[in-house]
Amino acid sequence: MFYILCPYCGEHREEEEFHPKGQAHIARPEDPENTSDDEWGDYLFFRDNPRGVHHELWVHAVGCRKFFNITRHTVTYEILEVYKMGEQPSITAENYAAHQAAASADNERNASQGKHQQGVRA
Amino acid sequence: MSNAQQFDTRPQGEIPVESPLAYSMQRSGTPKAKAGTKVTMRERPFLGQLTLRGGAIVLDEALREVLGLGLPGEPLGLVQDKAGERSIQWMSPDEWLLIVPGGEEFDVERRLREALGDAHFAISNVGGGQTVLELEGEAANEVLKKSVAYDVHPRHFPVGKGVTTVFAKATVILRRPSEERWELVVRRSFADYTYRWLLDAGEEFDIAVEN
Repeated sequence: MFYILCPYCGEHREEEEFHPKGQAHIARPEDPENTSDDEWGDYLFFRDNPRGVHHELWVHAVGCRKFFNITRHTVTYEILEVYKMGEQPSITAENYAAHQAAASADNERNASQGKHQQGVRA
Repeated sequence: MSNAQQFDTRPQGEIPVESPLAYSMQRSGTPKAKAGTKVTMRERPFLGQLTLRGGAIVLDEALREVLGLGLPGEPLGLVQDKAGERSIQWMSPDEWLLIVPGGEEFDVERRLREALGDAHFAISNVGGGQTVLELEGEAANEVLKKSVAYDVHPRHFPVGKGVTTVFAKATVILRRPSEERWELVVRRSFADYTYRWLLDAGEEFDIAVEN
């Protein structure tokens, strides 16, 4: 089960409140009259199925009923980012490796600080 | 004022009305309070319920003018007047649920439309489509824990919060107007299901129904 942050409600909710709506950021061709059959077919029927970072459209169906986007890793199922409609993702397949490296460096730093903090708390 | 047509859904005169739970209470029964009763359920039927949609700022101004009550400042907020009779709940970034005593909603809607003027908004009377159930008592929280997917621990669900969530296999608007009391706004068509579910879930706490 996912535990999803709804950007409109501002808190995490159970997956059963949401519906996935497929790939995000699919733009309708601006000039349908002059679009070739191939392009129109791609727009209507063909979707990415990446192994790794994927941007998806979800709706908080039982809740605020708003659509929003999720960036998810299709192998680890990790939700990397949640962002509202009309916004662009900050984590993409291209910058994912760099992002992970930065995050693990952060974690190491926090872990070393964490030991210190735990000592204080105890 | 906008040129939307309105009509009063509560005509004057002697017309028999029944709450959505009238038949359920007859068929499934209304357990009486016992010595060990830890939770009490009651229905508050025939309340006036309006769904307001539009920009937060214009709606807030109009509501302050008409009811002296502002919109909740935060998502998932619930505000009520001092008597607890009128309440406004955040439903979505551009949608709020206004509940007023039964019979007031037509007048409130008319005055809101006047106050809002040409602003971009929508007001729908949803009172006929849903009803309010109340749970009260020390085990109310326990009954809800058995029923909803949402975390109802008092730390996570303080007074003045309201959410829409999954209740058993139905949807419910769950709100907490006071420390002891929880309100469930349920669809009319799910009212019987919700009622029977609550009777079953509350059996171990000797649930009582007041009506």
